[in-house]
Amino acid sequence: MTISLSDVSLVVGAETWLSDISLDLGPGAPHVLLGPTTAGKTSLIRILAGLDRPSTGRILANGADVTGKSVRKRNVAIVYQQFINYPSFTVYENIAAPLRRGGLPRKEIDSRIREVAALLHIDALLDRLPAELSGGQQQRTALARALVKDADLLLLDEPLVNLDYKLREELRAELREIFARRPSIVVYATTEPTEALLIGGRTVIMDAGRILQSGATAEVYKRPATVRVGEVFSDPPMNMIAGRVAAGRARLGSSLELPLGRHLAALADGPYIFGARCGHLFIDRRADDDLAIPGVLELAEINGSETFIHARHEETSWVAQEEGVHGLALGQPVTLYINPRHLYAFDDAGRLAAAPSGG
Amino acid sequence: MRIRKSTIGLLIYLTLTLLPIYWMLNMSLRTNADILENFALIPLNITFDNYIKIFTDEAWYSGYLNSIIYVSINTAISLATALPAAYAFSRFRFLGDKHMFFWLLTNRMAPPAVFLLPFFQLYSTFGLIDTHIAVAISHCLFNVPLAVWILEGFMSGVPREIDETAYVDGYSFPRFFVTVFVPMIRTGIGVTAFFCFMFSWVELLLARTLTTTDAKPIAATMTRTVSATGLDWGLLAAAGILTIVPGALVIWFVRNYMAKGFALGRV
Repeated sequence: MTISLSDVSLVVGAETWLSDISLDLGPGAPHVLLGPTTAGKTSLIRILAGLDRPSTGRILANGADVTGKSVRKRNVAIVYQQFINYPSFTVYENIAAPLRRGGLPRKEIDSRIREVAALLHIDALLDRLPAELSGGQQQRTALARALVKDADLLLLDEPLVNLDYKLREELRAELREIFARRPSIVVYATTEPTEALLIGGRTVIMDAGRILQSGATAEVYKRPATVRVGEVFSDPPMNMIAGRVAAGRARLGSSLELPLGRHLAALADGPYIFGARCGHLFIDRRADDDLAIPGVLELAEINGSETFIHARHEETSWVAQEEGVHGLALGQPVTLYINPRHLYAFDDAGRLAAAPSGG
Repeated sequence: MRIRKSTIGLLIYLTLTLLPIYWMLNMSLRTNADILENFALIPLNITFDNYIKIFTDEAWYSGYLNSIIYVSINTAISLATALPAAYAFSRFRFLGDKHMFFWLLTNRMAPPAVFLLPFFQLYSTFGLIDTHIAVAISHCLFNVPLAVWILEGFMSGVPREIDETAYVDGYSFPRFFVTVFVPMIRTGIGVTAFFCFMFSWVELLLARTLTTTDAKPIAATMTRTVSATGLDWGLLAAAGILTIVPGALVIWFVRNYMAKGFALGRV
């Protein structure tokens, strides 16, 4: 089964929620929709499910037009961000709900429920009501209900957002295993770049109702087509600084100068925007050709075992992601180092001009 | 032991509210002669004659039956029409939906007496006077808007995604509504049924005007038994006590729903 969208747009009132969405989806690898909130991920998922009709454009399933087909007649499964279960049904009945109308024999239904419940580790909870479960267990029930039927299209709209960190990590890894074994088309929406990288497969970057880039996840990560993709597919967002290339040398901002080598050597003279991922900035020198960025510490965010160090250099705020917990005093001078081989270059229209070979 | 001031206040309040009811109970257990001659806080010569009369005389017990019949019909009609209406108001946006919702409520703002004449005229024309259905339908004028309003509050509390999940799972609308949706808002339905019951049970004006003998409610029976020989105090008091009983029973059964309803919805 393949699904393709051609020029789909969605206009609600005076606002455009989706525009010019053209996309081909197939089984084999999960498709990750990555974008900030209000990027249109949920709208797109609802259109794919058949819950909403697009304002213009067509949706083809195996080449046949299914644009106006009711959700009841499509073979889809959906998992929402909120934990949606039938409150008056037990977990068992919840999982059974999608199978009840298929005309399957009772024994077959029972064995499938137990199989999927075991897969999601809720086999001990089958007699409980959803209200008696923890958030993680409720979402596992919702996932089980979506997985129990052989849907052609499995849609997950930020399914792990409302879970705590530990559960999220755990389920994420399990989901990757589950997706790998399913023959259906899987569409997974998320706001988190790390989640997109973990789920893998193919990534579609969305922003403000448009598709910015789509392709194999690793490829999109290594070669973000535009500045905006670099910002979206990076957490914290990629550091960006305007610069100028002249005579084999680049000037970043007004005072940082570096010679152009390796992947940057081919850049023609002119204005550019240079990007650097936070993970490539350090507070100590690691190589002789590192570019030093002197600055003043604005903020040191401790995030688990990492610290995000925000330093201001001239007009630009740089963020470095450092391992370990660093107790730094605000306002103290700090120098960040980045190796030029990690620099991205975008032309003045925001399109990728040069990307590091290592990603 | 020191008794708190609030406890004393509460006791006084309870005494004041319960005294008339107690006095009615007191009178219902005495004969007319006893009531008129002696002042007694506790009835000394208890008699059940008043109650026996009500339960054996058809003119009396049919009043209760009539009331119960039209109240039940009314509650059923109100719920049956308000459930789909409330669902529409909570789930769909249509032209003038907000105005319509408000207009429904305004029906409750007019005093029932305003509708008395048109109802009487219409029901006479259709030969509905003195039937249970007539009273039940006339009470819908007040109960349906109220039911829609209460149920809409409860339904809006149910996430729309549950409806969608049910469609994704292949439920037809009627099956989803009955097996998934209604159980989720059963608290709201309980509360709504209670309010419909109560309004219909205590309403006197319409019920009395639209009936003569066959569907006469108990309240009307009570007011019409003032005879030339004076009031039958004991009998009236017994009828009054029996009128409270159904309401008290219903409150007892829905008391948990009520507490939840006050906390959750729109009561």
